[in-house]
Amino acid sequence: MSTLSVTRKKPDEPGIVAKTLFYVFLILGALVSIFPFYWMFVVATNGKDAAFQIPPLLTPGTAFFDNFARVLERTEFFRALLNSVVVSTAVTLSVVFLCTLAGYAFAKYEFPLKKTLFVFVIATMLVPAQLGVLPQYVIMAKLQWIDSYKALIVPAMVNAFGIFWMRQYIASAVHTELIEAGRIDGGGHFRIFWNIAIPVVTPAMATLGILNFMNVWNDFFWPLVVLKNRENYTIQIALQQLFTNKDGLDFGMIMSATFTATLPLLIVFLLFSRWVIAGLTSGAIKS
Amino acid sequence: MADTATAERPQPLPQKRRFLTETRRSRFTAYTFISPFFILFSIFGLYPIVFTIYLSFYKWDALGPMKYVGLKNYEFVTGDPTFWIAFGNTLLMALMGTVPQLIVALFVAVMLNSALNKFKNTFRVLYFMPNITSIVAVTLVFSTMFGNNGMVNWMLNTFGMESVPFNSGWWGVKIAISTMVMWRWMGYNAIIFLSGLQSIPTDIYEAAKIDGASRRQQFIYITMPLLRPFILFVTLVSTIGALQLFTEPYVFLGQSGTGSTRQEGVTMVTYLYNEAFKNGFFGTAAATAVLLFIATIVFSVLNMMLSSRMGGDTGRKKA
Repeated sequence: MSTLSVTRKKPDEPGIVAKTLFYVFLILGALVSIFPFYWMFVVATNGKDAAFQIPPLLTPGTAFFDNFARVLERTEFFRALLNSVVVSTAVTLSVVFLCTLAGYAFAKYEFPLKKTLFVFVIATMLVPAQLGVLPQYVIMAKLQWIDSYKALIVPAMVNAFGIFWMRQYIASAVHTELIEAGRIDGGGHFRIFWNIAIPVVTPAMATLGILNFMNVWNDFFWPLVVLKNRENYTIQIALQQLFTNKDGLDFGMIMSATFTATLPLLIVFLLFSRWVIAGLTSGAIKS
Repeated sequence: MADTATAERPQPLPQKRRFLTETRRSRFTAYTFISPFFILFSIFGLYPIVFTIYLSFYKWDALGPMKYVGLKNYEFVTGDPTFWIAFGNTLLMALMGTVPQLIVALFVAVMLNSALNKFKNTFRVLYFMPNITSIVAVTLVFSTMFGNNGMVNWMLNTFGMESVPFNSGWWGVKIAISTMVMWRWMGYNAIIFLSGLQSIPTDIYEAAKIDGASRRQQFIYITMPLLRPFILFVTLVSTIGALQLFTEPYVFLGQSGTGSTRQEGVTMVTYLYNEAFKNGFFGTAAATAVLLFIATIVFSVLNMMLSSRMGGDTGRKKA
């Protein structure tokens, strides 16, 4: 039986046709992934109706600044950009610090209920975010945080994924002997965390930071619920507001704004792609 | 003794007791380090969930006094045709956006993992790129393509097919929205499958090859079973995500500026959002949230049962 199939199994080395077909498919798939980015750029740099030409226009034009000027007439684009930068930065700094702290405790300390509490942290990741949105809104109203940065920052200051991610990394990267040595030298718990653990885990912290920044930057639902006033809009809400039918859809204008809002993330992603991909897919790999 | 944790530092203690307080101190530190999560989650996560369930039995407009109405909210929601349209739309789009997506993702992952692929990293990055775009941006870009005179209809016409009203037709809307979901998540899931494939030791394949297993047999007997935990995880996460679909239909169909979503694309979460933040019916919105949660649990369990059944079947069929 096995000899038979071994002789039959000659065409294991794929021929030139198979190789070509393989790359054709792979490249086609990649083109589908990239094309919308390119299309965004094409529409953003051409006149108002570029999106609806027949056959479709596929070359960049020179109208980007004209289009973008119309964005500025309609919305406080840079204010929204600034809001997003402030909120995303604040949340990210807090998330990285607090998640590292908690991840460190889960990885390197022994305390009653540790396992249960950690499982609880993981379980919170599976609860749909929208389940509690109404009371969350009411809490924000009671605290008079509607329309403020606080409503966006405070609830997001620490999250389960970050704790999980940092715990996994710290458990393997920080050696317990180092911590014990620090303790024998009389270092306080926080001092040891700060001086011994943190320097070792900066790569994981950086990854968490990038991921978190992208998440907050891209968030739409919660800002939509708590932001009422134009000047407090984050960039995603501002983009959505541009998309109205009032005087015909001006896609050149809309795409110039979308492109400007997407570009920073795209650059960050391309620079740190390996880390970002490792981080974003880690949930699946570890479980 | 309990309050010594903070104050005990200077006083010297006998050997045995000192060891005890050292443990206590380290426990206290650990609890302090993890406390921010539990405090914030209690306030902004757990309490709202409990309160949602409570709220679902009351009539409330978020301002005036709450009035107990028993199961009236649930009766109202389940008697509202729009709710059932939203429910149906959500399931249909979950199916349309997830099933083809995961099949394609699996094939892409196999191709990315193939020894033929000499540019693994480049392709990984390219396929992953859609996932970093915000959903709002994705929706806006695809809105241009799915316009009545947009690129997709041009392509359909070129192939001799009729134009589809993607922003108003019953199927058109669903196809457009599912396409957006697929575009944003296919690569992400492919990369997860890819890491699953890479976790399979190559010597298993070597051994199978020696035993004369063909490529297809290798895929069915080795790859698929060993990939099962990854497939389970991805389907589960995709299902939960699909039930929460909101931003795509909200942005895509809300361009009138009124913020209301057309019936063709209304989902459970857009229904919830409108009930609460457009109509001010917090009670019925809370009931919707509870129903959504129940649906999430039911479909997650169903999903897991189905996935494990399918895994078992492929094993049995060959035997």
